[in-house]
Amino acid sequence: MRGVFPRIPSGCAISGMMSRKGRRMDGEAIINSIALMHDRSNGLGGGFAAYGIYPQYKDHYAFHMMYDSEASKKTTKEYLEKYFFIDQSEPLPVRKTPGITNPPILWRYFLKLREEVLVNANEIIQEDDFIVSIVMHINQKIDGAFVASSGKNMGAFKGVGYPEDIGRFYRLEDYEAYIWTSHGRFPTNTPGWWGGAHPFTLLDCSVVHNGEISSYGINKRYLEMFGYKCTLQTDTEVVAYLIDLMSRRHKLPFNLILTALAAPFWKTVDKMDPKQREVLEAIRMVYGSALMNGPFSIIVANSKCMIGFNDRIKLRPMVAAEKDDVLYMASEESAIRVICDSPDRVWAVDAGQPLIGVVEEGAI
Amino acid sequence: MSTYLPPEFIHRIDKDRCRRCKRCILNCGFNALSFQDGIVADHSKCVACHRCATYCPEMAITIEKNPLAYKGNALWTSDVQKNIQKQAETGGILLTGMGNDKPYPIYWDNLLIDACQVTNPSIDPLREPMELRTYLGRKPEGLEFNTDANGEVSLKTQLEPQVKLDVPIIFAPMSFGSISLNAQKALAKAAEQSGILMNTGEGGLHKDLAPYGKNIIVQVASGRFGVDSKYLNSGVIVEIKVGQGAKPGIGGHLPGEKVSAEISETRMVPLGSDCISPAPHHDIYSIEDLNQLIFAIKEATNYEKPVSVKIAAVHNVAAIASGIVRAGADIIYLDGFRGGTGAAPNVIRDNVGIPIELALAAVDDRLRQEGIRNRASLICAGGIRNSGDIAKAIALGADAVAIGTSALIALGCHVCQKCYTGNCSWGIATQRPEMVRRLDPEVGAERLANLIHAWAAELKEILGALGINSIESLRGSRERLRAVGLNQNVLDILGVKHAGR
Repeated sequence: MRGVFPRIPSGCAISGMMSRKGRRMDGEAIINSIALMHDRSNGLGGGFAAYGIYPQYKDHYAFHMMYDSEASKKTTKEYLEKYFFIDQSEPLPVRKTPGITNPPILWRYFLKLREEVLVNANEIIQEDDFIVSIVMHINQKIDGAFVASSGKNMGAFKGVGYPEDIGRFYRLEDYEAYIWTSHGRFPTNTPGWWGGAHPFTLLDCSVVHNGEISSYGINKRYLEMFGYKCTLQTDTEVVAYLIDLMSRRHKLPFNLILTALAAPFWKTVDKMDPKQREVLEAIRMVYGSALMNGPFSIIVANSKCMIGFNDRIKLRPMVAAEKDDVLYMASEESAIRVICDSPDRVWAVDAGQPLIGVVEEGAI
Repeated sequence: MSTYLPPEFIHRIDKDRCRRCKRCILNCGFNALSFQDGIVADHSKCVACHRCATYCPEMAITIEKNPLAYKGNALWTSDVQKNIQKQAETGGILLTGMGNDKPYPIYWDNLLIDACQVTNPSIDPLREPMELRTYLGRKPEGLEFNTDANGEVSLKTQLEPQVKLDVPIIFAPMSFGSISLNAQKALAKAAEQSGILMNTGEGGLHKDLAPYGKNIIVQVASGRFGVDSKYLNSGVIVEIKVGQGAKPGIGGHLPGEKVSAEISETRMVPLGSDCISPAPHHDIYSIEDLNQLIFAIKEATNYEKPVSVKIAAVHNVAAIASGIVRAGADIIYLDGFRGGTGAAPNVIRDNVGIPIELALAAVDDRLRQEGIRNRASLICAGGIRNSGDIAKAIALGADAVAIGTSALIALGCHVCQKCYTGNCSWGIATQRPEMVRRLDPEVGAERLANLIHAWAAELKEILGALGINSIESLRGSRERLRAVGLNQNVLDILGVKHAGR
């Protein structure tokens, strides 16, 4: 399953849609949106993240797994059982789809953490941190096993193929979500592998990314200082980990995280009022190694919001639109118009300026 | 005792071109030229500093290596023989000036920088902003913020003092005494113009430099010359000098004949007395002593200035650096074995220390492994020759570089390595008033500022080619370097892949 190549730079298509009212929409629209941008992918990777899809298991960790073999599945299950009650264990429903070949074993578990686990741990550890350590352990230590997603009431569906084929393969029309994001991949120098497709997820945070992070080298080394290991041969991984570091571990508000990842230029900061300038100067001084440089457009989602943002000089495209309660973001305007023929508003997202869509309080 | 040493250089004057203006005689700091019905050169005194040739209006002067001096021998080279002869004649330690000139590997020249093609766009620095701004000082691991009732965010974390550099370059420490006051003035003025820093070295701060305090690092070395509380508070950074790349483990000696009234006042020592810098600080015999000195300085400066510790790159430099960070240093200044000096024993300069490239990579790695890289800025020094070296140093992990020899070359230095004689014809490494006078601080500052401007522009070009628009995205990004012709051990230490990988 896992390739042996170093990091893979890639071009891509991304699309996302979110109902601010938490209204759940089936996967048909998002497949059609990403399908329109077929030419932005090359058949070596596609994927989707969906939020709100498991209301019957909304308090369980939904682990979407990829396995090379029954052996890796067995090892992983034994490992998970040490820490979790496995309330459901089943194959992910798929259909035979032309263009999708050699899928790994795709499996999902709905897990509840055993209460004594955190109490008995050697050190004081938060539940979130513990789940992350489990995911890291499986991805790094269990040969042939890969966690595609691990959040609650959400899931990632991804693989090697064109994204619309991946969507059909995973039967996404059978799922209903209030946030969908999707990705079509154009890796430029090596074949894709299933785990390396987007979205990348950690807990309930997912990232789809079009671009190449030219600062990958330092972003990776910076993350390593905090114990993250970048093993997935793609720079999108660092986006997910940087966000995880700053949000979960450093507890920074999301709008400030984005000013670290796509920092405003000094000439802008220098003109700000002193209080705001102090904040942004400090972020740049302390989180300079987290600045993502190079061309990118990214959609980050979690159970509460969907955020689109570009690099500081917008070297990759991103368009947004609104219609009633739904917010759309995509690499191309056409990918929005194909599923929303008369949007209330369409605009180009500004360079380095995040577009944050939040699900209304109490809607979910 | 008569000398067996033949002259090193042959100084030739084209008699047809020479108009006997005697300018060359006036310019020579080494008394190599005289007038006897025409210009006559004493070859044995010529050091090839090129001052006379540069200022000869008729371009009548050429200086060549003495071609017939020695029979070729790979083992008993002319240098080896000359040194033995000198010591047989004097019985003393051989002195030299400037950095190690032996043909050790220069790893910068085995490193190549990446650039963008197709999958990510390069950026045109003439059209897009390119940011080189760098802050030196201790950074916290993370930040905390307060949000008030209106949702307005303010900084909760109290940051340690930070010093801004517009370009990640500083002028290396060179004391008043080792270099002239005019040279220091040129450095200070250029630092101010370029938004960077100069460093007093260990010779105190002359009163004429006080107005440049915002661009000055004041140094505290083992001799404590010129150190009082006013001095500590007159710059933006205080640096404790433990070691120097050219002479790790060795102190310094400014002979009394160079201690003029100005130097005496600045160094706070009696006129004409020798200034001896002991090899160690006699209050630092271990890391915990360093910790005490760091905090004594922080107390004396009200915790308003970062404290830097300068060390020479020696074998165990990574562990030493880690200790220094844990002892409270906010900046580590790493000086490689090619770092310059006004005077050092030849044997030390040529045989002690390790290359800065390896030391820098090892220190950056070690601090990252220990999760404390954020606690100190790293300054890399010792043979930085151009903006390519700077980009490579930053990619290996440096926050900024320091340049000494490069800066002196900008001021006219021709690397004749005779700094220790005090006869510098360029008015740099001398205290002779008639020599010092020829270095105009304004002109010198302009030359230095031009150099910094040029290198800044080149760094921006490199960043643009790399497809990034801020220096932080290159800092420590060894992925953007590849090596040619290095063995696996060196690659592992540098953390760099071989070209083709």
